[in-house]
Amino acid sequence: MTPETPVMELQGLTKAFGKLEVLHDINLSVQPGEVLGIIGPSGSGKSTLIRCMNMLEMPTGGTIVFRNRLVGHRFAGRGEQIGAGELRRNVGMVFQHFNLFPHLSVLDNVTRGPIVVNKEDRATAEAYALDLLEQVGLADKRDAYPSHLSGGQKQRVAIARALAMRPAMLLLDEVTSALDPELVGEVLLVIRGLAEKGMTMVLVTHEMGFAADIASRVLFMESGSIIEQGAPEDILRNPRSDRLRAFLSRFHG
Amino acid sequence: MYNWDFYTVLMSFDLFLMGVWKTFLYTVGSILIGIVVGLMACFARLSRFAILRLAARSYQELFRCTPLLVQILWAYYALPMLLGFTISNTTAGLMVLSLYVGSFYAEIFRGGILAIDKGQTEAAQAVGMSQVQTMVNIIVPQAIKKMLPAFINQSVIQVKNTSLLYAISVAELTYMTAMVNSATYRPLEAYTLTALLYFALLFPLTQIADHFERRMRRSD
Repeated sequence: MTPETPVMELQGLTKAFGKLEVLHDINLSVQPGEVLGIIGPSGSGKSTLIRCMNMLEMPTGGTIVFRNRLVGHRFAGRGEQIGAGELRRNVGMVFQHFNLFPHLSVLDNVTRGPIVVNKEDRATAEAYALDLLEQVGLADKRDAYPSHLSGGQKQRVAIARALAMRPAMLLLDEVTSALDPELVGEVLLVIRGLAEKGMTMVLVTHEMGFAADIASRVLFMESGSIIEQGAPEDILRNPRSDRLRAFLSRFHG
Repeated sequence: MYNWDFYTVLMSFDLFLMGVWKTFLYTVGSILIGIVVGLMACFARLSRFAILRLAARSYQELFRCTPLLVQILWAYYALPMLLGFTISNTTAGLMVLSLYVGSFYAEIFRGGILAIDKGQTEAAQAVGMSQVQTMVNIIVPQAIKKMLPAFINQSVIQVKNTSLLYAISVAELTYMTAMVNSATYRPLEAYTLTALLYFALLFPLTQIADHFERRMRRSD
């Protein structure tokens, strides 16, 4: 482990919907620059876990520590604690179904967060947004509306929108699952570029090959618990648990 | 064969115009107040506090499930007996019309907001927006587009509903027509002219509503 401050630490995190506990005692630490891939069968709690990391789902128990600051459950911070609002400003998220704002142009989709939340002036926000759109290869679409974009383009705008907040960490929740197969590549390419620049990322994915390729650590979840974790080559090639072996065999056919 | 005589009635055209003006004022006034009341009731219904939800719900059902005419008569003749002081017909009329249309607007607003995908709220929250920022920047602009046809439709009905103020002698168009009628004994001409005036007020509005509805369907 590096001596650096972890970007995020989860300690004894649990999440229940009513009486149904979907996450049990999750302990996890995300180091700066780390790319953490989370794999597991559907219903294993991967998405709930990643959604707890920016408190779109409020954890039922345990603690989240973001850059050495405890995160409280309210939107605003209190004393030493930071609130969910500050956590979300610093942790970007990209969704499976893009969730672009359909009433705003591509450029406005990217700048609205920085302008409204960080009180950036429009010119600064737009200059940076254009940089980011350039990076994801969509600078020429700045004035287009989301309904005129392909799925892959939408997801690249969504990535730019998350990056516009200059996040310390990016959460990617099955970001290629809703895409036509031929559009997956362009999105993965952008994510790979971010990984190479040292962006800290947590990604829930069904793309095993991509996880193996890009992740510095892979985490296998089932039934709301982390069953196994380690370097991708160990986890994916030499699974220790029967459950992971069974899960992987379904992918290899 | 009936001998039409619009001339007699048109001699009093200034009275019709005064009526039209009053009808316009009551419509605009009650719509503006109704929007404020409707927004309050809408957000109360969407609130996490059960007491607010219940209060807004009770208000809505009370005004939606009783006839407007009964509400108008009750506010003007019955309510003062409870309060111990009289209410002018203009105050009672404006108040009831506003509360009545507000109860329908609340439902239209609520429907518009609930029709917005939950992913929109999540995406706004994910960049750190507060609840209010999310509403103002993301949800409301989309909801307005969705609710516009229903809103215009309800407002068209509201123009016509002002005619019920006739019952408490508010000098709007229908009441003025009755005045002209009793002076001229020309009901056919008087009420025909009034119907035409209402039509002239409303027809452009319904055309706008249709236009928006067509445009909405195109973008779907």
